[in-house]
Order: sequence, then C-alpha cells, then structure tokens
Amino acid sequence: MSTGITKRIIACLDVTKGRVVKGVQFVDLIDAGDPAELAHLHASSGADEIVLLDITATSDARPILIDVVRRTARKLFVPFTVGGGVRSLDDASALFDAGADKISINSAAIKTPEIISEIAERFGSQAVIIAIDAKRKPGIAVSADGTVAAEVYLAGGRIATGLDAVAWAGEAESRGAGEILLTSMDCDGTRTGFDCPLTAAVAKAVNIPVIASGGAGSGKHFVEVFKAGCADAALAASIFHFGIHDVRELKAELQREGIPVRLPC
Amino acid sequence: MITLIDYKAGNLTSVRKAFTFLGQESVVTEDPALVRDADALVLPGVGHFCTTERLASSGVRDAVLAAIANGVPFLGICVGMQWQFAGSTEAPETQGLALFEGPCERFKTELKVPHVGWNQIRRTAHGERSRLLEGVPEDSFVYFTHSYRAPVVEGVSAVTTYGETFAAAVERENVFGVQFHPEKSGDTGLRILKNFCNYAAERSAR
Repeated sequence: MSTGITKRIIACLDVTKGRVVKGVQFVDLIDAGDPAELAHLHASSGADEIVLLDITATSDARPILIDVVRRTARKLFVPFTVGGGVRSLDDASALFDAGADKISINSAAIKTPEIISEIAERFGSQAVIIAIDAKRKPGIAVSADGTVAAEVYLAGGRIATGLDAVAWAGEAESRGAGEILLTSMDCDGTRTGFDCPLTAAVAKAVNIPVIASGGAGSGKHFVEVFKAGCADAALAASIFHFGIHDVRELKAELQREGIPVRLPC
Repeated sequence: MITLIDYKAGNLTSVRKAFTFLGQESVVTEDPALVRDADALVLPGVGHFCTTERLASSGVRDAVLAAIANGVPFLGICVGMQWQFAGSTEAPETQGLALFEGPCERFKTELKVPHVGWNQIRRTAHGERSRLLEGVPEDSFVYFTHSYRAPVVEGVSAVTTYGETFAAAVERENVFGVQFHPEKSGDTGLRILKNFCNYAAERSAR
C-alpha cells in the first residue's frame, strides 16, 4: 500500500557572516550568494524544505544571525529550518520568533542533551531536529551484523566526541527530537553519493524521519539514498546553488524510479 | 482584521507572515473579550493537545464558542483543528469543542510516526462545495507534521492517507479546520488562507 507521503528534497544554505558559502569536507569556503534570494529560488524551483545553517556560529562562539533568518523567512512558505549555534531555549525562541519552523541543534545537544526535551516540550517535537555529523571509524566499513561504526563530531566537524552515531540518534529520539539530520563527513562535498549504509543504519534504529546529507552529486545518488539508504528526506547544498541540478528535473528522475515525490511542485 | 489566538504553544510567526504576504492585517491576542468581538478567528497550533487546556482556563474557549455562534469565521490549524473535535487520546482529560464527532487518536500504522512531509488531499462528497478548498486542484500536496489524527466523520471536507485515511480538513458553515499547515504548503496553502480571508471579508461586508 502506498504510504501517501513523499520523499523530501531539502535545499541547504550554509551561511557564514550573512552569506551562503560552500566548502568541501567542511573547509575551503567559497561564496554562493544571498540567503533570502537563494531560499526563495530553491522553494520556487521545487525544493520541499529549506535549511539554513550558520556554520561558524559555534566555532566563533556567537549567536546565529537573527536578521538573516527573519529576512529569509519573510516570503518563504515552505518549512524552514535554522541551525548553528543554538545553545538554549532562549536561542530557539528567538529563531522561532524570527520565522523558523524548526531548529536544528548539533553541538549543544551533545553537551547538554536536556536541551532537546526542553525545546520539544515548549515548541513540540516537530520543531526539533538533531543534526549529527558523523565520520566512519577507520578500517571498519560495515560489520557482519549490519551495524555501522561511525563517530559523532561536534563544532562543525572539528571535535570528535566518542559517541556512536546510531546510538546517539536513538537517544535524541527518546529525548524528544522530531527528526534526525545525518551528515556524512566522509562524503560531504565530494559529490560521490550519500553514505547509504550509515543512513540505513540510523533510519532503521529510530522511528522518526531521517534526513540524509553529504555527498549528493547526481540524481542517481538520491535514488540510492531513498532506496538503499531508507532515508525519508535528502539534503543537498552546492548542487542546487550553482544550478547544476534543477530540483524539478531531479524529482522527475526520482518519480521515474518509482520514488514518490511532490510533483507538480 | 484576522485575530490570531495565542495560547503560548508553538509559534504564530509563520501563520502571521502568510497573512501579511496576502495583504491581510492580523492581530495576536489571548484576551477573551477581543476573541469574542473578532471579525475572524484563527487558532494555529503545534505540539501537545494538552496545551489547549489553557484556552479553557483563560476563558478563550467560551469566547470562541460565543463567536462561532455569532457566525464569526473560525479556522483551526493542526492542533487547532483537532481542538474542534471532541478531544484527543493524547490528553484524554482535555476537552475539545466537540463541533465534530469523535476523538483524535494516534496513528495506527507500522509507518513512522510522526507523519512528516508533503502528502495529498482528496475532497470528500461533503467537500465538493468547500469554500476553504475553492480552486485547489484534487490531489494537491500540502505539508503535514503530526502524530495524532482526526477521524473521517460528518463535516470532513478532505482526507489524506498515511497507512490509514484520516481527516485533512473539516468545514461546517463558519467553522473551518485543516490538519496540515497551509502557511507551509507553498501556493496551495496560500490559496487556502486567501479563501478564508475572502470568506471573512464577505461576512464582514454583510
């Protein structure tokens, strides 16, 4: 039976100092444009959601740029997630006030996991995404029992935590997270495809939607992550920014492969 | 003027900016007197059904019922629509308005819950002449995010399927409700909000 729900294509804007940037494996940033303009462009070209991540807020130890969020949200009528430097209930409240529908928390949730339930109780689980930056442990691909060993990193991939990605996703769910945004640090920016085994391992371990991120380079990669990776949504940044991929064209390809998507959009 | 009811759960910003975009003025209040005298009422909502308890204790619940009886257009969104039903098993002790029959219940499905994402709506026979869905093509996609769903009963104008079929929209005279988020559903959602504004404007002109 058809579930009716469609697989989501999410456009991600990595922002620093108020500008959208793109890096390879979290470094070597280049300018890609204005957040409000790009968000609107992606939404009108068929993206199902927009995610804006302030990628240097945590490392610079400063709050996220509220005015950028407000300006981007003003005329955006698809779900809008904001992350980067969210450390407290007050930070989250300010972002919701500025027009975010969901907030994405990464480092702060690892340091103080109580923040997940605190924000979920006030704004609902649907408003809380836990972002996990994970890196495969060297030398271990997938073990015989199908488990995938990947370690969680914080502060934009700068600090290893020793946490297991699958276990941490489960804990985040039990604390009230509404979705998991899983980024493969190994694949990020490489355009060689998503980490499907890791995505599937997390998606099967939790009962909340998992958004796969890192590695998108072609339509085929999206097909793989929805089929083999069991992802509920897939996120990409650079391929959309530079117009390499038209979201509508991508969705048409997915539809041809039997993957339910929002079309027309 | 549209009055958005604030009950300190979730956030009103998204709904408000959609009305602003449509050129519709709005105010936010939790004052029962202002609710009773509103031209049109919108109750947005996300989160737990028990948060609607505040509406009863603050006197807003009675004000909403009085306004509805006076013909004031009333739109409930998400938990705001569920509140128009008798109640929800999410918070059995919290009473809804019982304008539509039956309690809202958690999805009974093997699929992931919450139901998050874009799904399609289909009109029921009752929904053929829906004011709220006027001009909205059959099987349009809208954005959902919820774990509890309302039953398909009299007054349901559109349904959606996620493992099971549930109420996506309700409509009876001046009372409207949508389980999905029109403020997050692109052009389809804006059309639905515009239809509500148009209905409210017609009533104000009378």
